[in-house]
Amino acid sequence: MESIGLYPVLAVSGVLFMLGVTGVLTRRNLLIVFMSVELMLNAVNLAFVGFSRHSGLVDGHVIAILVMAVAAAEAAVGLALVILLYRNRLAVQMDELDTLKG
Amino acid sequence: MTEATFFTLFSLIAIGAGTAVITLRNPIQSAVALVVSFFALSAIYALLGAHFVAMLQVLVYAGAIMVLFVFVIMLLNLREETASSWGDLSARALWSIVAAGTLVGGLLIAATSAQHMGFPAAELMPADYGTVEAVGRALFDGRWLLPFEAVSALLTVGVVGAVVLAKRTL
Repeated sequence: MESIGLYPVLAVSGVLFMLGVTGVLTRRNLLIVFMSVELMLNAVNLAFVGFSRHSGLVDGHVIAILVMAVAAAEAAVGLALVILLYRNRLAVQMDELDTLKG
Repeated sequence: MTEATFFTLFSLIAIGAGTAVITLRNPIQSAVALVVSFFALSAIYALLGAHFVAMLQVLVYAGAIMVLFVFVIMLLNLREETASSWGDLSARALWSIVAAGTLVGGLLIAATSAQHMGFPAAELMPADYGTVEAVGRALFDGRWLLPFEAVSALLTVGVVGAVVLAKRTL
């Protein structure tokens, strides 16, 4: 059975990360920005798992699991902020949220 | 069908669904596309021998986090984005390519410092590679114990913070 190798895994990881950054920079909807952040976290997880397969150690898996926990905490707080913004401002579009702009 | 064939298939699904996440107008459609992307990534993890991580990807990401997202989207009853974009789109797209190029460059520098790029054959891997036992031992046997406890504290703080933020009055 032919093996995959490190380069294809890193290439897929890079493409997913680029999609995530593009989403964060171009979309206005806060929720879709959050989803793009999750996409970036997953891209990095994929790189960790690929390097882990390359080295034969499971430490990359451990980091991937920790990243998932951090992503869960981030989603909980971020979505609470979205609900709060929607309740107080009726807005989840990023260009409508410029109160702190001087 | 070989390992490489399945890897190509699931990679294309993951990238296609990821593209759908950032291009679809309706947040619900984006969320469903993201779930598809997570399932494809889970399959890739399984192909790479990371069975426990693959299971957690489905349970935690596709199961818990995305349900939270869909719940909030439906709670807010969002309208679709009207304007297609804001600001200078081409500059933003350029910056995303720069950021991803930096990541890929760093990864490739790290990768080329390795002796060889191919993966070791499956027979050469530890027999318990990627199983719950191996990952659990790595988690609790010393080096990763402190980060693990720190993450559990972070999750507690996150949950308390979310409740405090979302509560109307304290």
